[in-house]
Amino acid sequence: MPHQVAVFLENKPGKLERVTGLLAGAGINIRAITIADSGDFGVLKLLVDKPAITCNILAQNGLVATVRRVVAMKIPDKPGGLLNIARILTRQKINIDDAYGFVLKSGETAVFVIQVKDPDTAADLLKAEGIQLLGDNDLYFL
Amino acid sequence: MYWSEEIETIGRKELEKLQLRRLRTSLRRAASSRFYRELFQNAAIKPEEIRSLKDLTRLPFTTKADLRHSYPGGMLAVDPEKVVRIHASSGTTGQSTVVYHTAHDLDGWTDLVTRCLVMAGCTPRDIFQNMMSYGLFTGGLGLHYGAERLGMMVIPVGGGNTDRQIQFFRDFGTTVIHITPSYALHLNDVIKDMGLSHRDFKLRLLIFGAEPYSEATRAKIVEAYRVDTYNCYGLSEMNGPGVAFECGASDGMHVWEDNYIVEVIDPESGESLPPGKIGEVVLTTLNREAMPLIRYRTRDLAFLYEDTSCPCGRNFRRLSRIVGRADDMLIVRGVNVFPSQVEQVLMKLPEVGTNYQLLLDRVENLDRMTVRVEISGRMFHGEVGELRALRKKIQHELKEQILLTTEVELMEPGALPPSRGKAKRVIDNREI
Repeated sequence: MPHQVAVFLENKPGKLERVTGLLAGAGINIRAITIADSGDFGVLKLLVDKPAITCNILAQNGLVATVRRVVAMKIPDKPGGLLNIARILTRQKINIDDAYGFVLKSGETAVFVIQVKDPDTAADLLKAEGIQLLGDNDLYFL
Repeated sequence: MYWSEEIETIGRKELEKLQLRRLRTSLRRAASSRFYRELFQNAAIKPEEIRSLKDLTRLPFTTKADLRHSYPGGMLAVDPEKVVRIHASSGTTGQSTVVYHTAHDLDGWTDLVTRCLVMAGCTPRDIFQNMMSYGLFTGGLGLHYGAERLGMMVIPVGGGNTDRQIQFFRDFGTTVIHITPSYALHLNDVIKDMGLSHRDFKLRLLIFGAEPYSEATRAKIVEAYRVDTYNCYGLSEMNGPGVAFECGASDGMHVWEDNYIVEVIDPESGESLPPGKIGEVVLTTLNREAMPLIRYRTRDLAFLYEDTSCPCGRNFRRLSRIVGRADDMLIVRGVNVFPSQVEQVLMKLPEVGTNYQLLLDRVENLDRMTVRVEISGRMFHGEVGELRALRKKIQHELKEQILLTTEVELMEPGALPPSRGKAKRVIDNREI
């Protein structure tokens, strides 16, 4: 199961540069990024190739960062691709706390990432529905 | 116009005789409290040794810390059965202070407030809308009873609820209000927004209390409301409002010296300062039974006028407006706040660090206090929702402790100056 790094940031110019600067310096590649904003602060969420190292680097530099497990699944990059997943989530009564998606290969493969209360159960239910789940390695070395 | 003409126009010589007589009574009463008994013992001075007003300076000061340490009963100088009311400060638990009053004390306080109102030109025909909070805070009840004694019609509406305040102005033809200057400015904005003006009301007098303000603000308020304004000084330790009050000359506040001895001292050395020099106001109660206070350091900074004669006919010494504080107490929307109270709240929350900053500004003429805190890495799970909930929790805890609604800004660790050294904890951008 992949790991997502979340970083607390004040909502000010230069904050994203600081984080990406630290990651670039450590040779860390970002696969996906999203920012949840709440006025004067926000939470930056990152899918990176070395989540644990990323988290350590950020913490060592005085940032508040944490790692948590998310569920990432492969979906076809075509109309209705996400709808199929959404139906399953509805049927299985899986509630999403946060989600984002990105394209891996245009016209072929996209990835949908969800953050849920209980990732293990969600992963089992999705697998049982025939959905292909991705792990850390799958995401970065596809 | 006088409420008690004889005493209000007393000559200095007579006044000093009265002060000395009352001081000696006060000292004798004070000595029956645990606090003062010990204080006089340790100072190796007997109250009987005070034979002139000058001798007063031989006595040690009483401080807010003394009040806190002797909480709840250490300064009570009468049989508890004689106490009819208490007022307490808005301090946090363990920091609270209490002042006890007998029926005599409340009667005396009410009388001083009535004097103030009459000095301002209030009459029984006036409609008095008291816009200060009621309760443990002394601003509400203090003016309330004075206004009733004078025979004004009192509307005990308390603070806030601007629309209703304006409605009452119109419904009851309010002529006199008791209000904080900043709220008067805010209220005026609302009045303008409603398409109303001073012509729609019968207001003629504004009595200001509870917070410092500038002459510029006063001029703005006078212009907006077309009223006379009067400045009132008081603190709960000295009953509350009505310790000193402006007369029609609008030049300094007369201290009711038959009830208080006023000194101004150098806050560093404790030495008495001559008139005209700004220092800390020190007050001694002369007419209180339940809790006499001797040489109480108010932490308020002001100066005394040299001249004891005044066109109004009173010879009571005049005190300047309060120009600042000798400690770090802040007055926000009329509420006294110490930065240490905020610190105490934050220290109990593992989600945030102990570094903090208080930012004060005015938005639409209302004070706003923003508390900046650093979030702590250990408790973070990566969700915006948890941070929002944390902010709400901090706001709630602060409200419980300091009775104020605050803005809370969550900061990254290290964003604020560290707690050691001369960190600037308070940034006050208010123009008063």
